[in-house]
Amino acid sequence: MGKGDPMASHTVDTIAAALHRKGRWNVGEILFWVAAVASLFLLPERHLILNEIAIIGLFAVSLDLILGYAGIVSLGHAAFFGMGAYVAGLIAKHVVGDPLVGLLAAAAAAALLGFLTSFLVLRGADLTRLMVTLGIALVLGEIANQASWLTGGADGLQGVSMTPILGLFEFDIFGTTAYAYSLAVLFILFVMARRLVVSPFGLSLRAIRDNGLRARAIGVPVHRRLIAIYTVAAAYAGIAGALLAQTTQFVSLDVLAFHRSADVLLVLVIGGVGYLYGGLVGAVVFKILQDILSGLTPQYWQFWIGLVLVILVLAGRERLTDRVRGLWVRSAIRRRGGADAVPTAPVREA
Amino acid sequence: MTPALETMRLQKRFGGLTATDDVSFRLEKGARHALIGPNGAGKTTFINLLTGVLPPTAGRILLEGVDVTRLRPELRVRRGLARTFQINQLFPAVTPLETLGLAVSERMGGGRDWWRVVGSRREIVDEIVEVARRFRLLDVLDERTANLAYGKQRLLEIAVAFACRPRVLLLDEPAAGVPEAERHELLDTVAALPRDVSVLLIEHDMDLVFSFADRISVLVNGALFTEGTVQEVSSDPRVRAVYLGESVNG
Repeated sequence: MGKGDPMASHTVDTIAAALHRKGRWNVGEILFWVAAVASLFLLPERHLILNEIAIIGLFAVSLDLILGYAGIVSLGHAAFFGMGAYVAGLIAKHVVGDPLVGLLAAAAAAALLGFLTSFLVLRGADLTRLMVTLGIALVLGEIANQASWLTGGADGLQGVSMTPILGLFEFDIFGTTAYAYSLAVLFILFVMARRLVVSPFGLSLRAIRDNGLRARAIGVPVHRRLIAIYTVAAAYAGIAGALLAQTTQFVSLDVLAFHRSADVLLVLVIGGVGYLYGGLVGAVVFKILQDILSGLTPQYWQFWIGLVLVILVLAGRERLTDRVRGLWVRSAIRRRGGADAVPTAPVREA
Repeated sequence: MTPALETMRLQKRFGGLTATDDVSFRLEKGARHALIGPNGAGKTTFINLLTGVLPPTAGRILLEGVDVTRLRPELRVRRGLARTFQINQLFPAVTPLETLGLAVSERMGGGRDWWRVVGSRREIVDEIVEVARRFRLLDVLDERTANLAYGKQRLLEIAVAFACRPRVLLLDEPAAGVPEAERHELLDTVAALPRDVSVLLIEHDMDLVFSFADRISVLVNGALFTEGTVQEVSSDPRVRAVYLGESVNG
């Protein structure tokens, strides 16, 4: 086929369209964010828990970037969350109370930690990675515990006070400003992550996850890509930690605790791995479950969470969500009449 | 003329086992060269040395005259050395479109681009379409790779390597396991590879070797046993003894 052949340019156009489709927002996504914003106005008495959900959601998106997309397992993702929380808390206490400055500093510190530890983490296979990430988080937790002159140790970091966001929005005791702030930060970072995962860079991560041998054989610098995404994910986790420190105006050793790393993994298992909304949906479900269960049985809620986890894994959440997604896709194709799809009729060479 | 690919006294030992034994090999520019040998002759090890998956114990590898012996695998790809795999090494969960999009993006230096969706550059889409057309994948581009017919997966296996625009292409048993009905499509595309790509074919199937190659090297016990034109090698009684004898036995 020649360059001017209308058939050829038609093929190029449909294929370009098929590629671009991946980047397009669908109705479900838009509704999700509309609902999130609506909750700001419709659920005023729930802003504290919604703020926590937004923060855990961001933390889960961060873990999903390395676990779901790049295939790096971690049991110590709280290291970056805690790093961000302490840096944001310390900046607010000793340097400047402006939230955005704290957020940037926390992101930079966590990214630096992520970059440096990536060389240790990426050395081994899955089990090694689990142990190394766990170890790094434990070491950091102990440092924070011992350096009580800096961190307040077991008493936590007191005296964190924030100035209004952009000099305009004062944090209030109902958590309204806090939730709006966290949601805005989450949204911005989510949009960036969403672009990242459908970009050539994001595609190369999935390729590394699915088949590192082949990824290398088509010229993907595997090590560099993994270092890059680990650093980015660390920055995300650091920002999530910073949001917690700033909106609660307190930092305790809890931000580095093992259960934080475990909880965020649980959130991803509930919501789905390798699918950015999985972290957000998982955070909503996890937090609501925790809220309901701890209301019903304050002492045994972890028992029930554990049970839910076991059932989820055994029943195969993957299979459940795949089925739901399959229905959605099929109905979407029917609605569109398949007009957007790459032509199913074979395109033959002239 | 500088050969496309050359090894000088290449050697690989695993403990007491010499898997590649002093191999000095030349792949001329534009060649259609086949590498044959009985099972366990060290063909796979040789490929892994060429592509940089394994470091050699001794010897050198030159790609278009440049020493690449210590170069990392992905950098050899960028210098124009690509391979296919005997057993499909694809990305089952994504589509051929994305697979080719990735390979083309990496080659065109877009692999670090994290802000734009794959294929937002026109030249990348053009290139994907061209490769897909050459390997007859246009009609299955948007399906999950795992759902493709085996013959199509084999075509994709070669297409992905080709999308790296190699100057040297190593084909590791491209037709292995392809059912008879899908075979001619695959062989046609292999035969139609452009002549400016030098091809080294590692193959068991003698029909394919004879129809495709103009030179043959025979590897036995890790060492180059003999080399020559198709006529020379096929009429060499020693090759028959080593190679055909082995394949008759099993």
